[in-house]
Amino acid sequence: MSAETDTKLVTVEIMGKQYQVPDAMTVIGTMWYTGHNIIRGVGCLGGVCGACSTVYRTKDDFALKVGLGCQMKIEDGMSFFMTPFYPTAKPNYNVQEIEHPKEELFRYFPEALNCRNCNACNKVCPQDIDIKGAVKDAVKGDFEAAADKALSCVMCGLCVSRCIAEMAPNMIALYARRTWSVFYATKHERLDQQMKQITDGVWNDEWDQISQLDEAGLKEFCKARR
Amino acid sequence: MDSLLEKYIGVIEATRDKRIAQAMPLMREADKEHLLTAHHPDYRKEAYRPIAFGPNQGEETVHELAALLEADSPLSVAPAGLAKPDFEVDVLILGGGGAGATAALMARELGASVMIATKLRLGDSNTVMAEGGVQVAVKEDDSPIQHFVDAMHGGHYKNDPRLLKVMVEDAPFSINWLDSLGVLFDRDADGNLKVKKGGGTSRARLLACKDYTGLDMMRVLKDTVLNTEGIQIMEFAPAIELLTNSNGQVTGAVLQNLDVDQRIVVRAKSVIMATGGIGRLHIQNFPTSNHFGATGDALPLCYRLGARLAFPGTFQYHPTGAIYPEQMAGLLVTEAIRSGGAHLINRNGERFVNELEARDVVCAAIIRECAEGRGVDTPFGRQGVWLDIPVIDAMNGEGVVKRRYPGMLRKYERHGIDIPTQPVLIYPTLHYQNGGVAIGTEGETEIAGLYVAGEAAGGIHGTNRLMGNSLLDIIVFGARAGRAAAQRATEVDFGELTLNHLDAFRKQMKKAGVEPTRTSPMLLPDYVRRPEEAVGSA
Ligand SMILES: Cc1cc2nc3c(=O)[nH]c(=O)nc-3n(C[C@H](O)[C@H](O)[C@H](O)COP(=O)(O)OP(=O)(O)OC[C@H]3O[C@@H](n4cnc5c(N)ncnc54)[C@H](O)[C@@H]3O)c2cc1C
Ligand code: SF4
Ligand code: SF4
Ligand code: FES
Repeated sequence: MSAETDTKLVTVEIMGKQYQVPDAMTVIGTMWYTGHNIIRGVGCLGGVCGACSTVYRTKDDFALKVGLGCQMKIEDGMSFFMTPFYPTAKPNYNVQEIEHPKEELFRYFPEALNCRNCNACNKVCPQDIDIKGAVKDAVKGDFEAAADKALSCVMCGLCVSRCIAEMAPNMIALYARRTWSVFYATKHERLDQQMKQITDGVWNDEWDQISQLDEAGLKEFCKARR
Repeated sequence: MDSLLEKYIGVIEATRDKRIAQAMPLMREADKEHLLTAHHPDYRKEAYRPIAFGPNQGEETVHELAALLEADSPLSVAPAGLAKPDFEVDVLILGGGGAGATAALMARELGASVMIATKLRLGDSNTVMAEGGVQVAVKEDDSPIQHFVDAMHGGHYKNDPRLLKVMVEDAPFSINWLDSLGVLFDRDADGNLKVKKGGGTSRARLLACKDYTGLDMMRVLKDTVLNTEGIQIMEFAPAIELLTNSNGQVTGAVLQNLDVDQRIVVRAKSVIMATGGIGRLHIQNFPTSNHFGATGDALPLCYRLGARLAFPGTFQYHPTGAIYPEQMAGLLVTEAIRSGGAHLINRNGERFVNELEARDVVCAAIIRECAEGRGVDTPFGRQGVWLDIPVIDAMNGEGVVKRRYPGMLRKYERHGIDIPTQPVLIYPTLHYQNGGVAIGTEGETEIAGLYVAGEAAGGIHGTNRLMGNSLLDIIVFGARAGRAAAQRATEVDFGELTLNHLDAFRKQMKKAGVEPTRTSPMLLPDYVRRPEEAVGSA
């Protein structure tokens, strides 16, 4: 990029080695810029897949922080590394075979009751989700609230890595979202009607008519309908 | 406030009320045609060349794709595994995005043993990135016919009507299936499905999960796949070649293990290609909205077998890709913001196109503004126009932007931009592959045993896909291909594993006088900076 020369250079530390890089880059961009041929840790490059969790420290700050490497801008004095993989365990369930979602939550996730309110999960979440709150909502049986809170969860697993109660808060929230949708959320009459009308062949005559048309005829038909 | 914005905010705010009152007419067909020819990248002659050989010989496509289609296989010798494959499954699915996951679930439901082999992690895909929504006709004033009409019109009447009919008629069933797995679509105040209006449609028929539609779909599909026994998952193992028997039927694939230098041979009764789009080819140097693995691998892999491509020369450039700040370049600003009423304005504070025109028209209009000197320059040498998002709140009341577009809000917030009060700079970004491998209604191709679904397939959308029809087609055709592939697996035996098709391919290459200078598929773009090499070669 031509503007590279006009940009301020900053010094960052990647896995203990120092590099000088232009200021306006993300963590992943910096990895590539400094010659690291990373594949694991890169996914959507758009902040929604959760592949790129990065552990870092900023200048003069003891705190160990984490974030999404494709979204985070580097800064002078930052030290970081990317974690390529988190081993995660999850219980298997089939939403359609669940009978009592709210009770069965505790069958699949008995540890959901063990939250010790430490707030580590919320502090670490790159999406700023109140994931602790979502777990609490789920435990209380307010699946709607849990579902709402967890909408933007990218399943990066950072909350799992920090939870002192050894639970996967994101998985609990996902269970709540899915079962809320399947069992409690309002159903769609119009969708059912459309399916029925299609099954009943309500538009079959019109489809027959369309199938007889040549390209010009089809064009005319469509234009008239718009 | 940022200095670039500071320079323009005056004119943007001063013209806002006037712009709100202004009626922006839709363009006449002839004017559209003229605009597209003059400014749309698909019409840029020097970017195109005819394909030298194979089923689409003589047809024009962009240099970047032609080079991959005419490239050699990375396999110069047959891998040892051909004699003794590492895995055997009924249905092998290549690609773990929305189409692949759907195909896997459907094939498994019919009893097939299934493997999903994918390039990155399961779900790292274009699907997870989709923001705007998915189309289905559910309102009283709407019907599958109307949906068909809009998609035909959007696709410039080049769509395969058989495929399109299947898509619009399966639509409510596919949405119902997603709902039954736990995808949580937005509801309106009465508890009905909330529908929004998208660009290029005559009715409101866009369902969404706020601006995280693809994320919710992919999260639920992935979770369901993980919960389903009998679906093996191979991550970081993209396909690099297909395998055939002596009759040219597909019998398996060779995968590349990206962690260790090893090839994996999988024998299968049917193979489904669901490897998605092409954005990371950076056609004509455009930035892209696509995920890291979107390198169009299905196209060369299937082409080598003699499968025809439909519309290999048309791509969709999304009108609103972020260009500033630099670290956001290419990232999508959801179309829902444009359909929600945001204005596109040039450096003089003027609107220059009805924001609800189809994507290609809006793109061409933005490119025209920049080409004719009405664009805005960024400090990094990019050029674009403003997207006035605050006008949405000005028209609908404060808080609307924040409520409707939480994802967008967060992405900009990370870089210090507050979209409810600040406009953003955008320019078209390479977004979608309109064409792809030609398929029939069950995702079948001209090659027995080979199915294609999702963005890798072509024909459904003609030469221009409408927003929301892709998230739909990946489910509709993912499901159809999954079922058809599983059905075939009950009818055929495992076949021999050969690379015979490469002999034929190489012969054609030779005859056309093409020297094999590179191999395909591309697998991943190479962004690694290598200053030593640059110095050495200078
Ligand atoms: C930012 C963005 C926003 C979008 N918004 C919308 C929207 O609002 N509405 C809409 O309808 N559409 C939208 N789209 C388009 C839509 O999301 C995609 O077209 C669709 O999801 C493609 O699904 P797919 O399963 O075919 O491909 P993908 O979801 O991309 O999945 C393909 C998978 O195959 C893998 N793969 C690639 N090559 C290989 C190989 N050689 N071997 C094995 N695996 C491989 C990839 O890594 C990936 O996991 C959007 C796209 C983007 C990028
Ligand atoms: S809730 Fe957990 S998994 Fe989800 S985005 Fe936040 S930290 Fe990541
Ligand atoms: S990290 Fe675990 S224990 Fe701590 S608040 Fe979150 S869920 Fe509770
Ligand atoms: S790469 Fe997907 S969130 Fe960063």
